[in-house]
Amino acid sequence: MTKQKKWLLSCIAIAAFLAIVYVLEATIPKSSQWSMLFTVLEKGSIYALVAVSMNLVNGFTGLFSLGQAGFMLIGAYSYAIFTIPVAQRAAVYQYFDGGLIQFTLPVFVSILIAGIVAAVFAFLIGLPVLRLKSDYLAIATLGFAEIIRAIFQWNTLGPITNGSNLLRKFATYQSALFPIIACGICIAIICLLINSSYGRAFKAIREDEIAAEAMGINLFKHKQMSFVISSFFAGIGGALLAMFQTTIQASAFKAAMTYEFLLIVVIGGMGSVTGSIIASYLFIACREWWLRFLDSEAYIGDFKVPLLRAGFRNVVFAIIIMVIVLFYRQGIMGTREFSWEGLLRWFRNLPKNIKNLPNMFKRKRKKEAQINE
Amino acid sequence: MDFLRDNLPYILAGISVGGQYALIAIGYTMVYGILRLINFAHGDMFMIAGLMGVYAVTWMPLYAAIPFVIVFTVILGFAIERVAYKPLRSAPRMSVMISAIGVSYLLQNAALYITGGLTKTYPNIPWISETIKVFGATTKMVTVVTPILTIVLLVILSLLIKYTKMGMAMRAVSRDFETSTLMGIKIDSVISITFIIGSFLAAIGSVLYFTNYTGVMPTAGAMPGLKAFVAAVFGGIGSIPGAVIGAFIIGLCENIIKGLGWTTFSDAFTFALLIIILIVKPTGLFGEKNIDKV
Amino acid sequence: MKKLSILMVLVLAMTAFMAGCGGSGGDAESSESGNPVVKIGVFEPASGDNGAGGKQETLGIQYANSVCPTVEIGGTTYDVKLEIVDNESSTDKGPTAAQSLVSAGVSVVLGSYGSGVSIAASDIFGSAGIPAIGVTCTNPQVTEGNDHYFRICFLDPFQGTVLANFANDVFQAKTAYCIAKLGDDYSVGLCNYFQKAFEGLGGKVVYETFPEGNSDFASYVANAIKANADVFFAPVSIEAAALIIDQAAAQGMTMPILASDTWDSNVITGAATGKDIDIYVTTFYQEGGDPEFDAGIKAWIESDSVNLANNNGNTDLAAVTAMGYDAYFTALEAMKAAGSIDPADIMAALPGVTYEGVSGAISFNEIGDANRDVAYVKYFNSEAGAWELKGAQGI
Repeated sequence: MTKQKKWLLSCIAIAAFLAIVYVLEATIPKSSQWSMLFTVLEKGSIYALVAVSMNLVNGFTGLFSLGQAGFMLIGAYSYAIFTIPVAQRAAVYQYFDGGLIQFTLPVFVSILIAGIVAAVFAFLIGLPVLRLKSDYLAIATLGFAEIIRAIFQWNTLGPITNGSNLLRKFATYQSALFPIIACGICIAIICLLINSSYGRAFKAIREDEIAAEAMGINLFKHKQMSFVISSFFAGIGGALLAMFQTTIQASAFKAAMTYEFLLIVVIGGMGSVTGSIIASYLFIACREWWLRFLDSEAYIGDFKVPLLRAGFRNVVFAIIIMVIVLFYRQGIMGTREFSWEGLLRWFRNLPKNIKNLPNMFKRKRKKEAQINE
Repeated sequence: MDFLRDNLPYILAGISVGGQYALIAIGYTMVYGILRLINFAHGDMFMIAGLMGVYAVTWMPLYAAIPFVIVFTVILGFAIERVAYKPLRSAPRMSVMISAIGVSYLLQNAALYITGGLTKTYPNIPWISETIKVFGATTKMVTVVTPILTIVLLVILSLLIKYTKMGMAMRAVSRDFETSTLMGIKIDSVISITFIIGSFLAAIGSVLYFTNYTGVMPTAGAMPGLKAFVAAVFGGIGSIPGAVIGAFIIGLCENIIKGLGWTTFSDAFTFALLIIILIVKPTGLFGEKNIDKV
Repeated sequence: MKKLSILMVLVLAMTAFMAGCGGSGGDAESSESGNPVVKIGVFEPASGDNGAGGKQETLGIQYANSVCPTVEIGGTTYDVKLEIVDNESSTDKGPTAAQSLVSAGVSVVLGSYGSGVSIAASDIFGSAGIPAIGVTCTNPQVTEGNDHYFRICFLDPFQGTVLANFANDVFQAKTAYCIAKLGDDYSVGLCNYFQKAFEGLGGKVVYETFPEGNSDFASYVANAIKANADVFFAPVSIEAAALIIDQAAAQGMTMPILASDTWDSNVITGAATGKDIDIYVTTFYQEGGDPEFDAGIKAWIESDSVNLANNNGNTDLAAVTAMGYDAYFTALEAMKAAGSIDPADIMAALPGVTYEGVSGAISFNEIGDANRDVAYVKYFNSEAGAWELKGAQGI
């Protein structure tokens, strides 16, 4: 396949996808079961963006950073603070006399600001922290995320951040296309970066720091760059998440949120952008849509299905994650990426694979037995 | 004297919570020393031990319940290692850590499902639940017992590691994983023993901690777990005395900060302290310096 | 590639399964009895910080549903079906949970326990045009500035002022120690109103917050004692409340603890019984206020082990349970008044609805808040292990 042809195919595929979303959105009523599809598409896209940004640092540069929730928090708050209409500020900042900031910025400017503020914080945090190695870096970034959360909840900063209280009434989007396109553009930019000479430098650092340094790569500069860019997109992801949720509160951006992204990155495959995106959609779909029936009691005829009650969904979800982690170590995509050739090959092999499906577990065991010998 | 009377409650609370963190931190630091794994599930094991304590007293008398809780936790720790970590021994470190996060997630959600999200009140344990007066400050007996018990356990553990064969094997494995395998050390049993010791101490820690702070909820292990891990890093991860000293420092600082009125930042301060130490001394207070070989 | 194949099969299976569920959804659904079905969404936490309270509130709604499972709207008898969803007490999980209620095609939503999630989900209900009736979310922001959120409980400015007056009148308090959870709308807001009212009376307030996941309240209690406070105001979730009670007893704290509606729960009775401690709370409903309701719901809770577990293992009634019961009937009244199960009609009918509930008369003002000017103040008798009514208090 020629490069031109691939481009054409990709463009057609993207246009078709957007058109389908547009048509579905216009036809499916809000009260239909299928309206959850849009929740999954919107939240999934936003999660995909943050997961890809996390993959840039953790998967491509090999830095173990756990600060993503903190940068999203900064992004979400920066966005929300600048887009609450002036007329609504008195109601939102009810304990702080309408707050300190009394102007509103356009949506796109605010989204950019969200990314930039997160990036500036990342730059400052990176100066001391990026000198640390592996697990020490992880715990230090996790710590910074917690510190940021405490600062944003601090009552003294209330006139700006509204303290512990929710921020709401800020500008949101109307169509599911907005987050999909915005996240798509951001992910495309990250992909371009990964395929540039900087991206190759990042990968070199991941494979072997000392060798990379010997090849003339400035370690600190590149680490800092990867960290800052990742935080920039995490900030934008935070802003989009704020738009999706319509309200935002610092207490939601806990370490548990960072772990969610880490899980997505690993389930999708460390170092695969496509994997992160697929995993994000699956993660959100399972959690918010497909498994929700597990939370409520159900009857098949007169038989009460056992175990089903509030909380069961999350137990099942945790077990699924454990199974994936234990049995599919490489994740869905490993380090591979999507390509049209791969897709064609996959379709060509599909009949064979489906025929082999029952034998799969058998063969796997045999293979493992061989390895163990 | 006035100064002492005013500030004693904070110091007592700090020392006691520090001792409880220490018992958890030892588990973190030992596992890290040998497997280079941040066992995120450790804090949740501690929570499960607390929850088991709540249920055990309804099934059996107290003198049987505490040993039962300890045995249960040890078995759980052992089982988790076998099921969730052992199959990943050859996998990249990140996978093992994700597995740890997965286990932590599973334990929390299972606890949530079983308890239904309600806080369970930890049973009163005679003697250590009693209220006493120390230099004019009123507190629970457990506050005084914890640091003493922690030190005693630390000494016993250090002796075990220094003078028994298993201890020697542990030190060897933590020094060099591959070479010690070549030397004929049974790596799996060393790792199992590590998890057993860690779980044992976490179980004792849970009895002390929840006697002092009597609410057991599914997320009760998360913060103490994280703080204990911070303590372990603070003291130099891999070093057992380091973890204990780190835990006492963290416990004390946290309560002093609260006493000074900076309650909003009591958790944040712990992390700030950690980051400062890491920047000044990248391997913690008592950590050994790692030199990368090319 | 094999992995991808399995994944595809799974995705297809799940989608087909959901499509199956979706096919049976919609408004025209009919139940076994042949009656058409109207769905009421229950938006309550079953996990997270407010899980315990949310479950007790849900119990009231479920009991009401068992008492009155059908409703006659415009000459047709409808079966009422509850769609219960867990919002996990979290402002980031709440909106998607709300979305799943919307997609289930509910006509009206009840909930939530905890003001933060209610505010967070408000816009989701609003944009879908579904009215919501807040049961015990007391923060003013829930109903302010929108047409679709109503509530049947009193508000925090009222409650905070009642408690501040109570501290001033009964204890002649000069200094109050307030504690709130960092990042929690409810406790921070209530402390704020209490502080305003109390300082207005010439008192002094020491205000502190504790971070999420904190269980070490030793230093907070010590701070209150050091500040020589006359009352300890702690409008926090019941998880933290149990720990505060225990720690206060351990340090021999003598000042009375004042608290809000959340504390009216048997979790507190469990934690405080036998301890030398004074607790006063404001609440919506006093057990014994309606003996018939009390007896009925107690028998119902006892009849099912799951209900009993959700009510913390005994049949002591929480005020939120009574409120859940009232909310359900208020929703039915609204449907009857609307003469339709269309959310828009119900929303239009709600402002005019009145209902004589077990917790008092319910009617709405122009903002959508309940017209309530009385809170019950209860005292905890720690020797007997039971609540005692101190009286009803207005501003």
